[in-house]
Amino acid sequence: MTRLLNLLLNGVTLGAVYAAFALCLVLIFRATRIINFAQGAQAMFTTYLAYELVSHGQPYVLAFVVALAAGFLLGAFVERVVVRPVETGPEINAVIVTLGLFVAIEALAAILFGNQFQSFPAPFGVDGFRVGSVDLALTGNDRYRIVAVLVAAGLLLALFRFTNLGLRLRAAAFGQEVARLLGVRVGRMLTLGWALAGLFGSLAGLLIAGGSLFSPSYMQGVVVFGFTAAVLGGLDSFGGAVVGGLVLGFTQSLVAGYVASSLVTMAALAILILVLLLRPGGLFSSSVARRV
Amino acid sequence: MSTAITSTPAGGPAATREKGLKGLPGMRSTALRHLLLMVLAYVGVVLLLKTLDPFRASQMASVAYFIPAVAGLTVLTGLNGQISLGHGALMAVGAYTAAVLLERAPGLPFVVVVLGAVLVTALVGVVVGAAAARLHGPYLAGATLALAVGVPGLAIYFEDLLGGEQGLRVRPPQSPDWFEQLTGATSRTYLAYLGWALALVVLFLLSNLLNSRVGRQWRAVRDNEVAAQLAGIDLGRSRVVAFVVSAACAGVAGALYACVIRLAAPGSFTLVLSLSLLTAIVIGGLGSLLGAVIGSVLLVFLAPFLTDRGAAFGLSDIQSANVAPLVYGLVLVLLMLIAPRGLVGTVRLKMLQRQTAGLRAAQRTTELDTPAQGTPAQGTPAQGTGEQGTGHPSTGDHQVRS
Repeated sequence: MTRLLNLLLNGVTLGAVYAAFALCLVLIFRATRIINFAQGAQAMFTTYLAYELVSHGQPYVLAFVVALAAGFLLGAFVERVVVRPVETGPEINAVIVTLGLFVAIEALAAILFGNQFQSFPAPFGVDGFRVGSVDLALTGNDRYRIVAVLVAAGLLLALFRFTNLGLRLRAAAFGQEVARLLGVRVGRMLTLGWALAGLFGSLAGLLIAGGSLFSPSYMQGVVVFGFTAAVLGGLDSFGGAVVGGLVLGFTQSLVAGYVASSLVTMAALAILILVLLLRPGGLFSSSVARRV
Repeated sequence: MSTAITSTPAGGPAATREKGLKGLPGMRSTALRHLLLMVLAYVGVVLLLKTLDPFRASQMASVAYFIPAVAGLTVLTGLNGQISLGHGALMAVGAYTAAVLLERAPGLPFVVVVLGAVLVTALVGVVVGAAAARLHGPYLAGATLALAVGVPGLAIYFEDLLGGEQGLRVRPPQSPDWFEQLTGATSRTYLAYLGWALALVVLFLLSNLLNSRVGRQWRAVRDNEVAAQLAGIDLGRSRVVAFVVSAACAGVAGALYACVIRLAAPGSFTLVLSLSLLTAIVIGGLGSLLGAVIGSVLLVFLAPFLTDRGAAFGLSDIQSANVAPLVYGLVLVLLMLIAPRGLVGTVRLKMLQRQTAGLRAAQRTTELDTPAQGTPAQGTPAQGTGEQGTGHPSTGDHQVRS
């Protein structure tokens, strides 16, 4: 029983991080109808930047800020320079471009920072706590992960709901022509969307790496999980992405705990295929048909 | 090339204008022409292999295992419009099947081993293809990405059968005596001869398939689903068949791979392998078999070259091993931005543009010579637009989409 409880708690932590990653895929998909397969690689790269700072004795907060800022800039750069020319072309071109970036960034990181696994120091304690006679494996670091994702998601939601900028972002994503006629600088909004996604992805990367091992390829699995979570949520709903992330977190935790950790990705694949075949619009879709 | 446009109603000169092999007697049959091409290519490869040192010969063997996989993928992506990042994983299926067969039944003829690998991979292809047939673009990419990341985990999970992290050692087929007497080559280069024979057989089969009803159906499905459906094509079936054929090719590649590398291990079938295959088809040009061969050659010979460049810049071994993937990624991005048609496609487009330019010039002169061919009532406008249709850059636009 304690084991199940701890696996579920672990699932919540993982789920929060996957939700964050799914959110940034959704952010980009809403704006440009493109899945950014390079998102994981971008996040990995900024995590390495943070690691370099931390391992040179800088405080975690500074590394955190630098990584997020770098993610923001990288996202904007990717959209403006690489993705913009293929945004309107055949969708397969955009897929191939983001995949190319994925490979290139991963290889670049391996050249710059080495191929080995590194241990990212946990920013908060790694001890669980005790309730009555039950040991709970929810460490300080885990609580930090969950809170960080909640805060970030809340800020993002507030930005989209309550600010003028958020309204323009939504308008640009909703209908480019109309938004342009109403005076929204659509190009800038798209760049900003990708930049925000880059920032959010960096956060996810940092949270996953913190307190565990990471390497240039450590985000590959996360891309799969984040993508599955986003599809589960319907690819254009923020709430759906969060729920999808949690489902994936529980799945990973339970499969790894009760079956084998080597089968975790296949479990995600199974979920992905099931969702796409049974409910292509995601779990919360209304009856709008969607071509998948 | 397309002589039909220029052929005159008189018919006489048209026959003499047939270029290349088509002009030879008996070469009207596409299958025969392809067969002759493949045999010639194999003779060329054999002559080349005889002059190469063992290291180069082993590189040629590597080209041979890439060709079926790349050709299968280019057919799937270029002709049927489905993208797959899972072909590395499908190669793993073929490689492990071959490894298990060679381990459990050492006396099995190599052809049977390859057929076994093809069968198992095709079965996996049916399952994956059935799901993939209903997906497109980013969704398909995501699902097959999961396959590429997930399949190595299976090899670790089924440790007793598949050898876990260490993988399975593979004892490659030994060269028969007559082979060594005939070629004077060592048994190490045997795999290069064998591999190229297999690769060319795959290319032969694929090239005929593409020219058949099946290939036309695939292109129809890619270009316009609704029109294809109206013409009576079952979209789902067509897609599944394309995926299965492509998977079977990856199975051949995997079996060869296992024999050449002499190991089937999860570490060989990374996502980078799948993405290198994608790079090869994009460089070669989507849908072109010749492009697939060029892409495979580049994959094999470019990688060590780039690694050497990296080492020359003072990078460590691990660092310089990553120069090749870095270049692959950049090439993918740059090609999509600059020349989305790939090498073969771009050259073809240029040739087409030059042809049409020449055609238009010729037309202009004939129009000047014989100003009134049709009746004046039908008018030059109608004829003019019709001819502009063939001579205009719209021919190029069409090529872009294919």
